Amino acid sequence: MTLAGISLAYLRARPLAAALNVLLLALGVATVTVLLLASRQIESRMLRDAEGIDLVVGAKGSPMQLVLSAVFHIDVPAGNIPLAEAKALAAHRAVKKAIPLALGDSFRGYRIVGTTHDYAAHYGARLTAGGLWEKPMQAVLGAQVARATGIGVGAKLVGAHGMAGEGPGAAHEETSYEVVGVLAPSGTVLDRLVLTAVESVWEVHGTGGEPEQYQEITALLIRYASPLAAATMPRQVNANPMLQAASPAYESARLFRMIGVGVEVLRAFGIVLMLAAGLSVFIALTQALEERRYDLAVMRMLGAARAKLFVLLVLEGVLLAAAGAALGLALGHAATGAIGSFMAAQHQGPLTGLLWLNEEWWVVGAALGVGLGAALVPGLRAMRTEVAHALAEG
Amino acid sequence: MLSLKGVRKRYGAADALVLERFEAAAGEHWLVLGPSGSGKTTLLHLIAGLLAPSEGEIVVAGQPLAGLAGAALDRWRGRTVGIVPQKLHLVPSLTVRQNLALAPWLAGLPQEPDRAGQLLAELGLADKASARPHELSHGEAQRVAVARAVMNRPKVLLADEPTSNLDDAACAATLELLAAQARACGATLVIATHDRRARERFDRQLRLGR
Repeated sequence: MTLAGISLAYLRARPLAAALNVLLLALGVATVTVLLLASRQIESRMLRDAEGIDLVVGAKGSPMQLVLSAVFHIDVPAGNIPLAEAKALAAHRAVKKAIPLALGDSFRGYRIVGTTHDYAAHYGARLTAGGLWEKPMQAVLGAQVARATGIGVGAKLVGAHGMAGEGPGAAHEETSYEVVGVLAPSGTVLDRLVLTAVESVWEVHGTGGEPEQYQEITALLIRYASPLAAATMPRQVNANPMLQAASPAYESARLFRMIGVGVEVLRAFGIVLMLAAGLSVFIALTQALEERRYDLAVMRMLGAARAKLFVLLVLEGVLLAAAGAALGLALGHAATGAIGSFMAAQHQGPLTGLLWLNEEWWVVGAALGVGLGAALVPGLRAMRTEVAHALAEG
Repeated sequence: MLSLKGVRKRYGAADALVLERFEAAAGEHWLVLGPSGSGKTTLLHLIAGLLAPSEGEIVVAGQPLAGLAGAALDRWRGRTVGIVPQKLHLVPSLTVRQNLALAPWLAGLPQEPDRAGQLLAELGLADKASARPHELSHGEAQRVAVARAVMNRPKVLLADEPTSNLDDAACAATLELLAAQARACGATLVIATHDRRARERFDRQLRLGR
């Protein structure tokens, strides 16, 4: 016989009400948990993808689109820039490193990126098989691409124009790549890219033989030689009628702010659910108090101190809250995992439910706090049970 | 064992109980008689420390009740006084065995697993240990309430109108049960009743009311 045992016996006596309260709280906890897990993972992933890239230079258009297409590879590029302009920029003394990107084709929904070895090195890529490309029309697969398509070193692949996936769209049937390497999973954007030489992309698009002054690339990822360049470089680039500069840090911060409104609304919804659960627990315990007046009086008669009755009621609220929190966390992690596998099928960065964030302790704490708060008033009323009256009138 | 002197309990301006003197020695069996409203239940609650007197002095088992309060009084009551309330008040969410286990646990005494089983067997309730109170007949429920009251081997056993709504045979059996259980613990027994049938069984009688 323990206090928790008695609380459980009371909860078992009204299983439907108990289950309902647990479920309500669990839904609130799950909502907040999913938001926490998803936003934190997406944020850290985007930060990692944008790390070390001070400036992106591409065709005129929306700076957001430029960053989304050239850094995160989740949007189409607005256009191309002349190779000569890019080369001039790369030679600027304020530029420490410049990585060219030539975009345009995809392989089964995964983007083919024409670039230099610097791009792979930038994300610290390691190979699990083969090596990097040494000449045009050789390709290296990101880990997720290799896993999803099931091809490896030695296979041939044909790019499709745009991001069309496997559809019948305009395939570049006449030119095929040879897979020469597969990258290890890096947790960066590289996982879902097919890397090749810039020249491959030119070749596929039939400009391979032309002199260099007519060639184009899509974007240039720039790392400054000194932080001072941030003050002058973007303005200098934007002055060029064919170029546009965008800061990944600034644009992703802007993106987070825009998404942030939606996240806040959803979070508020989750918190409202939790508070509604608290109200429901409060009502259930207040009702239970009315039904249990005589039980409480008898317990006092048998020697229970007032404090024990208080603990009994509060424990019931906390037990409900603990069950709700546990169920909610399980639901939240499962839902995040499900969203993650759905996103992986959409060729987006993976999201995992198998991750524990320290912030989740706050969610657990909040849920227990809700249970405790809801039980407080009924608990205090239980303490004030008038024993002699209840026993005499019963 | 029991000593009440100049006790008066008022509710507002009205006297619920006025008792000049009542003394009961250890192991004695007493009837408290009187019409309803004469303060029988109030007297039991005063002895149990569930109510405090407006005036006067109450000493139970050597303990002046005025010297106890709060959790200490609750603890003392749980260990010293066994009560069979008129409406029995078994806890409906718990089994018979759990209802009995509640008594030592709430009084802060160690559990004696055999005690509940022995009492239930003695009272012919061995097969009801896992039953819930609503599955019991009134007679069975009353025996469980008596068993609960004597679980902690109290020094004072109080029963409030234990024979109301009982036929003659059940009435006699219930009074015999209370007397037997009080004897078994060496407890002073105080039964509050307005039932005339009880008078023949007990010599010591306290009459309340006018």
